[in-house]
Amino acid sequence: MALDEYEKRDFRVVGKRMPRPDAIDKVTGRALYGADMHVPGMLVGKILRSPHAHARIKAIDTSAAEALEGVRAVVTGADFPEIAPGEARNVRDNAMARDKALYDGHAVAAVAATSAAIARKALKLIRVEYEILPHVTEISDAMKPDAPVVQEGFVQENVPEGFSDNVISYHQYGHGDLDAGFAQADKVITRRFRTAATHQGYIEPHAALASFGADGTADLWVCTQGHYYVRQLCAEILQMDQAQLRVTASEIGGGFGGKTTCFIEPVALMLSKKAGAPVKLVMTRQEVFRASGPTVSSEIEMRMGMTKDGRITAAEAELHYQGGAFPNITVQFGAMAAFACYDLQAVQTRGYNVLTNRPKQAAYRAPGAPMAIYAVESVVDELCQEFDLDPLEVRLKNAARKGTKASYGPTYPDIGLVATLEAAQAHPHYSAPLGPNQARGVACGFWFNFGGDTSVSLSVDFDGSITVTEGNPDIGGSRVSIAMMAAEELGVPYESVRAVVTDTASLGHNEVTDGSRVTFAVGLATIKAARAAKREMCRRAAKIWGIDEDAVIWEDGCAKPAGPNAGKFEPLSIKEIAAKSSRTGGPIAGHHEVNAEGAGVSFGVHIADVEVDPETGHTRVVRYTVFQDAGKAVHPDYVEGQMQGGAAQGIGWALNEEYIYDENGRLLNPGFLDYRIPVASDLPHIDAVILEIPNPGHPYGVRGVGETGIVPPLATLSNAVSRAIGRRMYELPMSPPRILKAIKGG
Amino acid sequence: MQYLAPTSEDEVVAALAQADGRARILAGGTDLLVQMKADMIAPDILVDIKRIPELREITREGGGWRIGAAVSGAEFNERADICADWPGLAEAFDLIGSTQVQGRCTLAGNLCNASPAADSVPAMVAADAVARIVGPSGTRDLPVAEIPVGPGRTSLAAGEFITSIFLPARAPRSADAYLRFIPRTEMDIAVASAGVSLTLDDNGSCVAARVALGAVAPTVLLVEEAAAALIGTKLEGAALAALAQACESAATPIDDKRGTVAFRKQVVGVLARRAVKIAQDRASGKGAGERA
Repeated sequence: MALDEYEKRDFRVVGKRMPRPDAIDKVTGRALYGADMHVPGMLVGKILRSPHAHARIKAIDTSAAEALEGVRAVVTGADFPEIAPGEARNVRDNAMARDKALYDGHAVAAVAATSAAIARKALKLIRVEYEILPHVTEISDAMKPDAPVVQEGFVQENVPEGFSDNVISYHQYGHGDLDAGFAQADKVITRRFRTAATHQGYIEPHAALASFGADGTADLWVCTQGHYYVRQLCAEILQMDQAQLRVTASEIGGGFGGKTTCFIEPVALMLSKKAGAPVKLVMTRQEVFRASGPTVSSEIEMRMGMTKDGRITAAEAELHYQGGAFPNITVQFGAMAAFACYDLQAVQTRGYNVLTNRPKQAAYRAPGAPMAIYAVESVVDELCQEFDLDPLEVRLKNAARKGTKASYGPTYPDIGLVATLEAAQAHPHYSAPLGPNQARGVACGFWFNFGGDTSVSLSVDFDGSITVTEGNPDIGGSRVSIAMMAAEELGVPYESVRAVVTDTASLGHNEVTDGSRVTFAVGLATIKAARAAKREMCRRAAKIWGIDEDAVIWEDGCAKPAGPNAGKFEPLSIKEIAAKSSRTGGPIAGHHEVNAEGAGVSFGVHIADVEVDPETGHTRVVRYTVFQDAGKAVHPDYVEGQMQGGAAQGIGWALNEEYIYDENGRLLNPGFLDYRIPVASDLPHIDAVILEIPNPGHPYGVRGVGETGIVPPLATLSNAVSRAIGRRMYELPMSPPRILKAIKGG
Repeated sequence: MQYLAPTSEDEVVAALAQADGRARILAGGTDLLVQMKADMIAPDILVDIKRIPELREITREGGGWRIGAAVSGAEFNERADICADWPGLAEAFDLIGSTQVQGRCTLAGNLCNASPAADSVPAMVAADAVARIVGPSGTRDLPVAEIPVGPGRTSLAAGEFITSIFLPARAPRSADAYLRFIPRTEMDIAVASAGVSLTLDDNGSCVAARVALGAVAPTVLLVEEAAAALIGTKLEGAALAALAQACESAATPIDDKRGTVAFRKQVVGVLARRAVKIAQDRASGKGAGERA
């Protein structure tokens, strides 16, 4: 790990609340989102979707649709070339079914037509002959040896025997002697938990505009978190060179992990290729719910032992996750993250991934961690109640700190959990009085944070202003943070820097905007690119002055002679050096390419006060406070926004959000009326307390902050509700019928 | 698709007669347009009734109020005089949709959409409201309770449409209240609901009551036993318990994505009891007109 990047410094720009550069465009409507793109001659694409949860496609007759006036192309699974097994093939088969429809909403055909009305009419003319197969949507059903198998051929070698072929991967982590650990406990409890599948709930539906040229090159404009990955997947699916496909990301109306892959893009490209014209595909909200990528549902068994003074002696968890009809690694993240908050002598997690007839899951903010840590933090809370111990004291007693060997392997460097717990303990919220039917819950959370492949180019324009070119869609305010880091490093005003997200043809590869990586990794590359530009500007100053380039230093945004021996020259500003750059060797730019390591793990602690109506089971969140380690908060507004946003989504997950299926495996609530995300009036003001324990892996100490915030709310709410009603809750969401049933002793 | 915007009731009757079932009335459009966009319905003709002046009016009639079928929730709720007479109906009407939807939605539309979970309908039934219907065979009046006959279905005959809703005159010391249960605070649909209208005498005894329940049966239920539990009492513990029990017994809900049978039965009694307390406070001058 790169743990020697951090240098303590006094910041001039970083840490201030600068105006966001995209704000005016977004409130005036000038910002261009996925569905806003228009090109001449553009056709409208629409997708026909399976009404069945599991069915063999015996035949598809598209002749009537093709004959309809105004229809320019019809695409089915047969149009896509055969490719090697792997994620691209999974994405292809999810974007368009081949032999079988694998879930309610799975695409089976698509049309491109001159109008939306004609496209809709054409869909109704496509005849699909289905043979309905037995389906399975629930984890425990899918694992049974005699369960209907969703897809064959995915079972990995290390999966234990005794399950159906839907159980495709197994992941185990941990260390120490469990039996010895449990033997030391004064109390050992085993509890089972369930969490429902939830959706990221982004406001902007998926949208893509594809234009395939007669020469085999193609352009794709798309709402995505990662246009380089879209290019990689689509190029493989369409069997073309990556360089022949240019992908441009639009502004993005939310993603939260759900836009880290492809759903409609390969279909848009294939329609455009067949039609010989640009094609725009935009999902409806119903399509987003049925056929984009919600997160996994889970069934978890948790066993924990504790001494009466609050020391956890051993813990183990078995995690069963389903993420739809295709493989994913979310349960692996869950198995790794489950006990990451604790310093444990004996710990083990076992994760099973299970296929079901549901949509192919996608990442959702800290994928896999919220449900695992919900179960862990619930049993910790129950044991705290058992021994009448303060829940924050117990967490402090067991907290991971510098030097702790994490349950998933590594030994932690400087981390912020203890500081975060102490901040929560000292905060007035923790000791505030509670009213009738109210109770307080607390829980910890964790996320790894990613780094990854990153490219940044920074140009010093002739007037001395700075353009930073980066390749990660700005989903949480990264442009402002990156511009601030460039201004900080160069010593120029923030206002003279503009950060631009460019297309795949204009910059080296950039990993998806995920894993809370962008402010960390793109920020790191920006700082390094700025340092390269500064070195070049020192060389230019040396040339202007006619001295050796080693005799020039960079200070306060200027090139200066290194000392009295270097000669007497007035400092040269960026403006002055830039103005002469054409005559001193040409344009000045810096760039940096890196596979960034040392992202720095992140911890958070949440406190919630809830009030439960004992007659209706309705939960009101009365007060909520988030404590999180940001390493260094580059732009505190955005950091607080991430902490609040994660809490808001976690509260929705805990209380009301769920995918509900009927007995035929059809999704019953594909819309925001019955898929109940919290509205503004459901939430109190969420207080955010930022801790800053510098990340040794970043020059300014930055850690990712985007994901940890969604991890603690599930258990925080469950612990609060359980204490309020005097009965322990073991299933999410804690919808009012479920809470009222628990109150009435059901 | 054809869009018509007639300026008189007669023109609407003629247009509907000619359309032979292929037309739909457009008032606020807050259900109709949503259903069209979701590809649930595809009417050939839309007859917009908002250009008919009398359908946009609220008028005094015999001590009561006549509410034009195209009067929006926002227009209704700006009328302090009606809201003072019918605070419960006002709060029910106000619960339909968002602020934007409030500028469009109507009582008649909410009624004709015939959802058992419609917010204004239990309040109108509790108010003993009467719909005026115009059609090919003339004009008729029908109690609101008799208009929905099942989810999405009404008793209106072909070519008929509602022109107004009539709210009867109020006796002294009368008030109403409406409560619904939703898991959230806004932008949601009732899992169970209760509308109550009461009249008290000088001593605070209940002399008249109507209790209507929503989302616990195929149509809004008028529960006579629940009203009977209140009449002649001072709305104290035993009467309220009997009321809640009567509501639980009358309810015949279903299990669905919004709630369970057990939950709806339990909660509808709680809502009715709480609504009675609010209406009682209003009728006895405590917090009159104040919204829950």
